[in-house]
Amino acid sequence: MGRYTIRRLLQAIPVFFGATFIIFMMVFALPGDPIRALAGERPFSESVQRELRERYNLNDPLPVQYGKYMLALAKLDFGESFNRRRVSDIMKERFPVTIKLALFAFLFEMFLGLIAGVLAGLRRGSFMDNLVLVSTTAVVAIPVFVLGFVAQLVLGVQLRWFPVAGIQSGFYSYLLPAMVLGSLSLVYIARLTRTSLVENLRSDYIRTATAKGLPRTRVVGRHALRNSLIPVVTFLGVDLGALMGGAIITEGIFNIPGIGREIFQAVRSQEGAVVVGIVTALVLIYILANLVVDLLYAVLDPRIRYD
Amino acid sequence: MDVTTDDPKAAEGQHLLQVEDLHVEFRTQYGTVNAVNGISYSLDERETLAILGESGSGKSVSAQAIMGIIDSPPGFITKGALRFRGTDLLGLDESERRSYRGQKIAMIFQDALTALNPVYSVGFQIGEMFRVHRGASRSEAKKKAIELMDRVRIPAAKERVGEYPHQFSGGMRQRVMIAMALSLDPDILIADEPTTALDVTVQAQIMELLSELQGETGMGLILITHDLAVVADVADRVAVMYAGKIVETGSVFEVYENAAHPYTEGLMSSIPRIDQRGRELNPIRGAPPSLMRIPPGCPFHPRCPYARDVCRVDLPPLYEVSASRRSACHFFEEVLANVEGGLTGGR
Ligand SMILES: Nc1ncnc2c1ncn2[C@@H]1O[C@H](COP(=O)(O)OP(=O)(O)O)[C@@H](O)[C@H]1O
Ligand code: SF4
Ligand SMILES: [Mg+2]
Repeated sequence: MGRYTIRRLLQAIPVFFGATFIIFMMVFALPGDPIRALAGERPFSESVQRELRERYNLNDPLPVQYGKYMLALAKLDFGESFNRRRVSDIMKERFPVTIKLALFAFLFEMFLGLIAGVLAGLRRGSFMDNLVLVSTTAVVAIPVFVLGFVAQLVLGVQLRWFPVAGIQSGFYSYLLPAMVLGSLSLVYIARLTRTSLVENLRSDYIRTATAKGLPRTRVVGRHALRNSLIPVVTFLGVDLGALMGGAIITEGIFNIPGIGREIFQAVRSQEGAVVVGIVTALVLIYILANLVVDLLYAVLDPRIRYD
Repeated sequence: MDVTTDDPKAAEGQHLLQVEDLHVEFRTQYGTVNAVNGISYSLDERETLAILGESGSGKSVSAQAIMGIIDSPPGFITKGALRFRGTDLLGLDESERRSYRGQKIAMIFQDALTALNPVYSVGFQIGEMFRVHRGASRSEAKKKAIELMDRVRIPAAKERVGEYPHQFSGGMRQRVMIAMALSLDPDILIADEPTTALDVTVQAQIMELLSELQGETGMGLILITHDLAVVADVADRVAVMYAGKIVETGSVFEVYENAAHPYTEGLMSSIPRIDQRGRELNPIRGAPPSLMRIPPGCPFHPRCPYARDVCRVDLPPLYEVSASRRSACHFFEEVLANVEGGLTGGR
């Protein structure tokens, strides 16, 4: 187990550097000059421009810029934006909002997805089973922004069940956006759980568990479910990271001041440091989530530990 | 005619297990599979009954019916009775039925690797029997599991109790299955091809262990196999199945000495002169019929060297060959007369 953990940790290192370098490259390959964009209609004087370029290391070749950025990052310094705000301060303000949104979406998709999947798997051909099958196709076919706008219009504007936008109503404001954000994964989890459970219920070891005289609840809950959850847990872990990065559209529709909206604005105003800072943090979260999944996976499936 | 009519023990419900006219069918989307079509047999304490037959003849399904673990749907027991010491198991409700599984009747399977749950330690899986059925604590259950692993002679039981199925060899895994099956001292053990997946030397060790444990506990053993050599070594009686029916039963000695059914004769002629264990049985020309379209008359007639016109229309009953012996062949006397045993001798 210890060796497995260390190996997984070591494997995360190249992923981190690779991913951040690619982001770095992409941000600096953006067309246009960020300093000129910053200046807008009235160009800065030569000396101001030179000073700005100096401060943001814009004159160095790309690998040097990257190196300097990583060194600063090691001291937890994410740099600052052109208007002199520390990127870490921006993140401190924005991340909790997105984390809340992603967490609600995560809980929503996990609980409903698992319950729907288990019910569908236990009773194939039942109402729940058909609902899962139909809604998977439906939700996959509808783009998130269509779903988001429709939900906002119907449930927010017309029925007034949920706040329409913003986060002024606290906890309550997050519910509808979280459901929209988690909807795609919800049906996927339900489908995955169902398939996996049906498959496991057919397996030999379930026949053995029944032959042992165990009650049905134990046969399903202890034996079938534990095995069925292995692929679901894998998906859930990866999805936690994806939810945070994938909140851009949802945050836009519901006007939620999270990192998604921040990245969107930063890309438009070519705030390289902000984009790189936030995305680097996302990469870290993503890697961490995957690490947790791998470890959880090894706990759930003993065959992994001894490879 | 069935075996039970003139059996005084059966009338008084004294047999350990009495299978009467058991029918099982699977209703699939392609049609009805008639997997078991009216089999009857009995089993007593300390007795070993071997069930022989090509694959697809309904051996496993009949065993699953006794355990009450048939996939349903699509499988249904449509007729018959299963009496355990006189009690018809088919008349019990699910929770009563469950109390027989594992505690009175236990089963082991061909492939112990897939039959054990990959994510729980072997100790957990054995101990679970005590936790669920005897209300044992975690540590008591573990102690019991170690005892049982010792009893089936798994070396270093104490160290290995926490290991997982995939960490054991094939033979050791089957020992784990045996330990689990025997944990609550069942009266009957059904072993469905317990050695088919194993190496020859390991096969012998497992069979030896089973006989020895049967000697200690006095349980009745139903041994499903297609290994004729194993049957000769350990079984008391044999039932030969074909297309979901028993075509011949008798003591091992009688049946091996001289078959009373052409199908049995075909099986026997496949035993090589020099003992070769583990050989697949497929000695008879042609293939067994589809259980969705069993031929009319004697189901064996398309493959039978003794077949006459009457065989195509008349389903043979189980004729009484001797007090302990039955054959479902119109011409069993002719088959018995053919002591050569080879199929070429027929007609
Ligand atoms: N779950 C099932 N669904 C449909 N048919 C089945 C099922 N289980 C067994 N059968 C059929 O029952 C017949 C007898 O199978 P089985 O008892 O396993 O044969 P064997 O003698 O090799 O053990 C086979 O034709 C098989 O296809
Ligand atoms: S009844 Fe006829 S077909 Fe059937 S086994 Fe006997 S001789 Fe062969
Ligand atoms: Mg079988």
